[in-house]
Amino acid sequence: MATPTPDTIEYYKKEKLSDIDYEPPAGGWMDTPVNFRPGSWIYPGKAKHLQYLDLPNPREWVVTEKDWKLQENWKEIVLKGMSERLSKYRSFKLFMDICVRCGACADKCHFFIGGGDPKNMPVLRAELLRSIYRNDFTAIGRVLGKIVGARELTEDVIKEWFYYFFQCTECRRCSVFCPYGIDTAEITMMGRELLGLLGLYVNWVIEPVANCFRTGNHLGIQPHGLKDTLEFFADDIENATGVKVKIPINKKGAEILFVTPSGDFLADPGTFTCMGYMVLFNELDLDFTWSTYASEGGNFGLFTSHEMIKRLNAKIYAEAKRLGVKWILGGECGHMWRVMHQYMDTMNGPADFLQVPKSPITGTVFDNARSTKMVHIVEFTADLIKHGKLKLDPKRNDHIRVTLHDSCNPARALGMLEEPRYILKNVCRNFYEMPENTIREQTFCCGGGAGLGTDENMEMRLRGGLPRGNAVRYVQEKYGVNQLAAMCAIDRATLTTVCNYWAPGVLVTGIHELVANAMVLNGEKERTINLRQEEIPRAESGSAEKGGAADVR
Amino acid sequence: MNALIPLIAVIVLFLVGWLGTDQAGLYVLFGAAIPYIAIVVFFCGLVYRVVRWAASPVPFRIPTTCGQQKSLDWIRPNPVDNPYTLFGVLVRMALEILFFRSLLRNTKTELKSGPRVVYSSNIWLWLGAMAFHWSFLVILIRHMRFFTEPVPFFVTFLHQADGFFQVGVPIFYATSFILLAALSYLLLRRLFSPQLRYISLVNDYFPLFLLIGIGLSGFWLRYITKTDIVAVKELALGLVSFTPTFPESVSPLFYGHLFLVCTLFIYFPFSKLMHMAGVFLSPTRNLANNNRMVRHINPWNYPVKVHTYEEYEDDFREKMKKAGIVVEKE
Repeated sequence: MATPTPDTIEYYKKEKLSDIDYEPPAGGWMDTPVNFRPGSWIYPGKAKHLQYLDLPNPREWVVTEKDWKLQENWKEIVLKGMSERLSKYRSFKLFMDICVRCGACADKCHFFIGGGDPKNMPVLRAELLRSIYRNDFTAIGRVLGKIVGARELTEDVIKEWFYYFFQCTECRRCSVFCPYGIDTAEITMMGRELLGLLGLYVNWVIEPVANCFRTGNHLGIQPHGLKDTLEFFADDIENATGVKVKIPINKKGAEILFVTPSGDFLADPGTFTCMGYMVLFNELDLDFTWSTYASEGGNFGLFTSHEMIKRLNAKIYAEAKRLGVKWILGGECGHMWRVMHQYMDTMNGPADFLQVPKSPITGTVFDNARSTKMVHIVEFTADLIKHGKLKLDPKRNDHIRVTLHDSCNPARALGMLEEPRYILKNVCRNFYEMPENTIREQTFCCGGGAGLGTDENMEMRLRGGLPRGNAVRYVQEKYGVNQLAAMCAIDRATLTTVCNYWAPGVLVTGIHELVANAMVLNGEKERTINLRQEEIPRAESGSAEKGGAADVR
Repeated sequence: MNALIPLIAVIVLFLVGWLGTDQAGLYVLFGAAIPYIAIVVFFCGLVYRVVRWAASPVPFRIPTTCGQQKSLDWIRPNPVDNPYTLFGVLVRMALEILFFRSLLRNTKTELKSGPRVVYSSNIWLWLGAMAFHWSFLVILIRHMRFFTEPVPFFVTFLHQADGFFQVGVPIFYATSFILLAALSYLLLRRLFSPQLRYISLVNDYFPLFLLIGIGLSGFWLRYITKTDIVAVKELALGLVSFTPTFPESVSPLFYGHLFLVCTLFIYFPFSKLMHMAGVFLSPTRNLANNNRMVRHINPWNYPVKVHTYEEYEDDFREKMKKAGIVVEKE
């Protein structure tokens, strides 16, 4: 067998990876340079993507080389960029000023817990920027310098920013614990914007952005390709259920535009979630449409810059308008919902050409989405189940013992906590919660959010995934949990790796995969295989009686 | 080093105030001029900083939600940790400002062999912070009795309540003790926790030593030197009425205490202590999570370059037609 490389999980010995020293190194943090070791950083954005997006300083460069080929006046660019952002974002200015370094955030970051690098303590991540802010934007810093935590902006500082702002998944867990609500996601977003001014992007983010701009989705699936994909899913669905589902694409005058992260089109197990939506919509005879143009709910612009969020998000309302739909329904995705919930309406609204969303099945008016006109599918489905509109046979999922991973953004940017639990408990009789400090608003990131979920970053992904992986293993050992449900496309992709490493034997699933497998369909054949095209284990007698033992807080 | 410099600085400042009056006789400077300057700097600085913050807009509504959202009628929302009304926001902010609610959530994370990550509740920091801030507030209000004649009822009330555990003369105030104990805890955790020591700057130790200096010198004046309170009040009232007097029976140590207080006032607006005002403005806490209900306006929202549907169709028209996908332009 070939020697494993740092981009595979086999490279990392569990004993070694979990031997973590939380003691910071001797010497001050300002004097500790970045160590770009393999497995802990991400390849630079390729020039062609920057060019396509009209981003500054497109060129090929190498992280481990000394010269990063910055512009002549790079320093001026960064300081000007900082000054501009300080005057445009109160959050940024305030968060630069009011941190008291109380340390409450220190052990809340999954990268710190799993890695012990002190610069992954949220407070120190912010100090990386704050030290420059003090030096160039405050009187005391200018006069007293290093002694008050100020330092000069050098190329090494830029390298440190690059390393650590791409070791933050913008999950906002630390912000829950901060007495002033300082949000490291804001800090990281600013840091990445400033790096962007110098043309310092990671390819795992900027290639999807370029793809999304051109083809409508991160994966670069072209319209005919999307149609093929959905037809392929429909074949699989027919094979499993005997029902041929309809695939309306770019259908003008449909009632609902459905948008989901493109991860659901390509990567298992997201694909099964996508099939789940298709089964659900078909069964409801929902008047909806897919769009090949708005074929991405996710938005890697969030990991690039505020301007890029807006550039990529614009297509959602534009397409809703072009197709003349009444409202928009969105799939299971994490950061997508941060954007749809906290940015879309402000950036690209008002959506006054749409109507307040109303479920055509139950008549429920989604008043909580009366301005954006966009409903989360988990809200939509929970409402269906509550009104008894779905015929469910949860026994089909009896071989599954499921727990829920609260995805960061639905938990900490929306507060969508009960809806997914309600659905899961209705479609699966064995639902178990992970420990309290690892769910709901205290949920842990998968370790691969915010554009970090690439294989060359494997060490950091496994480290960042430790707290989540550990909680999964806890319920695996205690309750025999064998599936982890997540309503986020990045989760479905990266938690698979995390579970393989930290809790082998636990599969990752989307919520609507389980919904569709439990649904009794009109005209279905005997269901012997599930959407994964796997045999459904026969329920052993008595195995289900322990079901429904879900902990309800 | 980061701790030593502030310690020395505070000792020097105290000596400056003390000897500056006792030895150099600069009573006008230390007893009147500097206090006036300090008050002016404090208030102007405070206003200036808040105005500067307020000058930067809040382009996006970005609350951190810590509870169930308001969505379907039959799901009970958490109106405080995930507020969707102004009232909810006010309650959330009040809990945050008065009781440090977020800090109360604090946990301690430990890694056991296995690996096994273990979380436990950790309220010590919360307790220390509450003890310090509240006792400091009570002490500040107690000091109002020096500046007012007649003394307002709430000051008298607080003064009596604080002195409830009377153990002789002068009355022993509970807050004197709590303040110093809390500050010592906050200092010690900074010095002895490796992570905290790693992140702590001069800017963190200086206010701690300064406050400890103020607390200790106040303690000394009250309980050890037993300075002439009536004379101190005469001095304070003189300041308030802009007719400063410097009664001789006021202990020179008092000027050391006063000078430290003045330093605090002057230092305040330029330091992290501004978190006092900043916490009110934090966009992750002071906004309602009603993003999908009410549109938030960004004052600098500007048009950006997008890839329109028309451009998209131009890119892919032939492929779309071939796949049987409807196009706008044949």
